[in-house]
Amino acid sequence: MAQFSPSFHATSAALTVPQVAAAVRRRVLEHTLKHNGGYLSQACSSAEILATLYLRVMRLGASTAPALPRRFAGVPAANNPHAFTGAGYNGAKAPDLDRFIFSPVHYALVLYSVLIELGRLAPEALDEFNRDGSTVELIGAEHSPGHEVTAGSLAQALSQAGGIALARRLRGESGRVWVFMSDGEFQEGQTWEALAALAQHRLGNVGIVIDANAQQCDGPMAQVMSIEPLAARLRAFGAEVHEVDGHDPEALEMALKSTQLPDLKSPQPPFFKGGLDVLGGVEVAAPFTTTRDQSLAEKDAAQKPPLEKDAAQEPPLEKGGLGGFDRPLVVIARTDPCHGLERLRERAPKLHYVRFKPGAEYDTYQRLLAELTAEAN
Amino acid sequence: METVQSPHRANLVRWAQARPEVLVLTADLTASCEADGFRDAYPERYFALGMAEQNLLGFAAGLAREGFTPYLHTFAVFLTRRPFDQLAMSIAYPNLPVRLIGFLPGITTAGGVTHQAIDDIGLLRLLPNMTILECGDATEVESVLDVAQAINGPVYVRMLRGEVPRLFAADKPLHFNQARVLSTGTDVVVISSGICTEEALRATQVLREHGISIAHLHVSTLKPFTDPQLSTAIAAARYGVITLENHSIIGGLGSAVAEVIAEQGLGKQLIRLGLRDTYAHGASRQYLQREYKLDALALVEAVAILTKTALNITEDQFTATRLETQRPIEKTEDL
Repeated sequence: MAQFSPSFHATSAALTVPQVAAAVRRRVLEHTLKHNGGYLSQACSSAEILATLYLRVMRLGASTAPALPRRFAGVPAANNPHAFTGAGYNGAKAPDLDRFIFSPVHYALVLYSVLIELGRLAPEALDEFNRDGSTVELIGAEHSPGHEVTAGSLAQALSQAGGIALARRLRGESGRVWVFMSDGEFQEGQTWEALAALAQHRLGNVGIVIDANAQQCDGPMAQVMSIEPLAARLRAFGAEVHEVDGHDPEALEMALKSTQLPDLKSPQPPFFKGGLDVLGGVEVAAPFTTTRDQSLAEKDAAQKPPLEKDAAQEPPLEKGGLGGFDRPLVVIARTDPCHGLERLRERAPKLHYVRFKPGAEYDTYQRLLAELTAEAN
Repeated sequence: METVQSPHRANLVRWAQARPEVLVLTADLTASCEADGFRDAYPERYFALGMAEQNLLGFAAGLAREGFTPYLHTFAVFLTRRPFDQLAMSIAYPNLPVRLIGFLPGITTAGGVTHQAIDDIGLLRLLPNMTILECGDATEVESVLDVAQAINGPVYVRMLRGEVPRLFAADKPLHFNQARVLSTGTDVVVISSGICTEEALRATQVLREHGISIAHLHVSTLKPFTDPQLSTAIAAARYGVITLENHSIIGGLGSAVAEVIAEQGLGKQLIRLGLRDTYAHGASRQYLQREYKLDALALVEAVAILTKTALNITEDQFTATRLETQRPIEKTEDL
């Protein structure tokens, strides 16, 4: 079994979520100034969410990727053995370890900054940010640090995570699949297709956390295309839903850990045990029973004493959740796109991509960064 | 002519038996795509994803990343046109071994424009990493899975269902990127694919009896399109080249052949038979093949144009008879 612990790095053991979140905001502000543009409001909204996931929730191994990212090695192709993904920054893949799927890849700079604060990526990696031939791309690609799948066409990552989670269940793995999403992705039909499939196939090993900052490129989501009531919609789709203050690490942690595995001591039995052995049990749990499940359940009923079947149906839906037998977990993290950078609010509603006006505005933010840096030191 | 009833259904069950990595994913058209046998034989490897093809492709991508080989079964239009971005980004870009088994190619269905995949080959030829295979008979239906499974990357298969003729001997399987040379000749080269090869075969023998020397090649690998047999045959054709395909003449076999002729400087006239930049409509296969000129008679007309010869050939002279069974099947098919 691979090791897992948040204390993968000597310096990260003592880190707190607020420290990491504040450092991420400073770093993203610094780069927004340096490159005269950046996804700054996304750092403001998501810093605590990502820091909490990495520091307190996800079971990840130590980074297996180089601290200074490799250069672009070509796109994946049958004749390109050199292509790679950025998943190694989240540690090795192992049956008992979690996986992290990063969906809104325009948040890439935020993720890079989190990885740097946690010691998984060298600070100098950002010197390569948005440079030609670099993998530290403006919009994260699957070769970018911390990225595992191609996700920039929004809403596609959740379906891919569902496939990964299904594969892990087929192999009987206890590790979970965490998906970080933005709220705008809940305007895409594919997101709801994916949620329906996660519920139908009872993929309780998927945990989704949404940065609900209520902003999209064209402005406030409520004005562009509302997704509310999001929690009610998600519950109606069969998810276990918690709604929290996305800047409160304790609230985030409690929600993300609200449904634990059955646990590691008793991982789910695999569908396949090396070959074609089939698991009973999972597919007979009510009420999300598929036609296939029904036919299997009928076969089971014919072969087993009724008592066994009743026992298999026992786990109640309410107690399921992440890693359990039934429902995906969704945590809606309500966030403020200006959190920790109050001055940004002057720019509302134009927050999606921030580019400071030369002169007074630029200088103001330059001074603000200096103040924030001084405060931290 | 020998025909086989639903060759894919039984073949898939047999073929997947000792391949535990093979999963079947469907989008509500399980029996319509002859995957019901697999579902019943291996329920633990069968996953219904409902009428939600964008998500279907994403799930397949995730499973493929984890070492499984998902075989997606639905109608071709719903695998290619509807979730094109998901296919490009979730599957093709990462070069994942997802197998897209697309049914109802071109005008093989009376289901009309919504069910007729007339642009699938063109769309998927655009995608880097994508391999495109098309079945022309029962032997190819029975051997295409071996070819698809051996490919490192995504594969799209234009599949046939229902009663399928056996044009090629059962012990002559489909070979990757290798056309079948059905006849050799020096006047005209006919290059056909899919169900059009059966049509072409009806005409070529009569044409030979009228003194036309015809080379006929059947293509089952549409991407890559680098088989040297094709350029050799094209270069040898005195009058020119005719392509015959169950697809738009833009983007499919005809376009691929045009690219070969132009890039290799072969300088031959080309007549592309297929859907001439038009949608079709719901009607029987035979009716549509005649209406849109992708049948034996259309091939004769094209040969007459290329050779500048008046050929007094009529429908009743064609040798091989069509599948009589196609007519009733079209009226009662599973859509």
